[in-house]
Amino acid sequence: MTGVIETSGLTKRYRRVTALSDCTISVPQGRISGLVGENGAGKTTLLRLLAGLAAPTEGRATVLGGAPRQDLAYLAEIGFLAQEIPLYRRLTAQEHIGFGAHLNPRWDGESVRARLAGLKIPLDRPVGALSGGQRAQVALALTLAKRPALLLLDEPLAALDPLARRDFLAALAEAVAAKGDSEEGVERAWGGGRGAGGGLTVLLSSHLIADIERVCDHLILLAGSRVQLCGDIDTLLAQHRVLTGPHKDTTAIARTHAIVREDSTARQTTLLVKLNGPVTDPAWAVEEANLEEIVLGYMSQDSPGHSAGPQTARLSAVGGER
Amino acid sequence: MIRFRVNARSAVPPYQQIAQQVRQALRMGVLTVGDQLPSVREVVAATAINPNTVLKAYRDLEREGLVEARSGHGTFVRARPPGPPPGTHSRLGRALTAWVRQARAAGLDDEAIESLLLVALQAQDEEEIA
Repeated sequence: MTGVIETSGLTKRYRRVTALSDCTISVPQGRISGLVGENGAGKTTLLRLLAGLAAPTEGRATVLGGAPRQDLAYLAEIGFLAQEIPLYRRLTAQEHIGFGAHLNPRWDGESVRARLAGLKIPLDRPVGALSGGQRAQVALALTLAKRPALLLLDEPLAALDPLARRDFLAALAEAVAAKGDSEEGVERAWGGGRGAGGGLTVLLSSHLIADIERVCDHLILLAGSRVQLCGDIDTLLAQHRVLTGPHKDTTAIARTHAIVREDSTARQTTLLVKLNGPVTDPAWAVEEANLEEIVLGYMSQDSPGHSAGPQTARLSAVGGER
Repeated sequence: MIRFRVNARSAVPPYQQIAQQVRQALRMGVLTVGDQLPSVREVVAATAINPNTVLKAYRDLEREGLVEARSGHGTFVRARPPGPPPGTHSRLGRALTAWVRQARAAGLDDEAIESLLLVALQAQDEEEIA
């Protein structure tokens, strides 16, 4: 099965800086995928490459079956919302809806009006006079009015307060669910296959792991311009465990499992491992790892063979509870 | 109609939280046979969780025979989970509330109350095994 997004060895260099190295990912249809990583890890670069706003230095991307490019047919299928929420602050939502109708071959202005009415956001006020959360909702509604097959969102939550974040994520999840609805507007019976219908796929960058955990079912982790993780969150959770034991040699564990992160005090060792079968040594207490532990574990990893960069020191400050 | 609460910080995965809340509502008599569950879209709009999470919960409940998906109409309650008749929970709950009041009045804090309950549960288990 091929995904909505497939990349292979995707690399982008700007003069001396490598923004993205050897990025190979796959995102199946109908997923809400969270793209996480520190600032500068390559998230925006990846989104721009997928949106066709930049061309790769090496490697290739296939999005919705074709290469990203600047033509109308491709762009009609992609909703891209840039980090700075590009709206004309002096224009009203209504005027933006009119614009969209001129610029897009397929445009559902009525859906924007309905969405904004549901959120009690006025159509007739300059968007500059709205709150940040309301502006983000206007931008999302406009992006969805294209009826895209793929939504690329670059840090849409970063500037929003917790309530606005929640409302934004609810609107996003509802859009995905709605795309899966049958014509009567009722959820279809879930025959074979997964995914909330055949519709919208979302790739959303964020560094708020709690939000990702809530709304996403797929995760891509970038660190130091490289992909560290890519897969369904359920699978990632099933593959990883936190082991705690008296301070001792970890070579036996490392023979079977992959140690992602090791944290030792004089008495105790805590490991994040990627499992390869059950842990049989009773000296280790085995606990499920939550998504935050997994993400932080990979982010703070010294990537051997790669230029590890200064991320280790910075991230342990953000770090886990362990 | 039932409203779901999802705690993302809980150790219980969100899909299990939803399935548990449906089972709980069935036991308490909040939901009865023939009732419709909220659509995936409604749940998602209210809780901001992934639509697939809701589908997964509903699929689990269907596998248990508690609900059925009617194509084009939604998801409906088919049966109650096995267990005591409705009313049992609220009756026992009232007795427990009274007991908790006594325990508090006697100066026990929540942790002490919880450990007492755990001890009682374990003792009961052992009694049943023996």
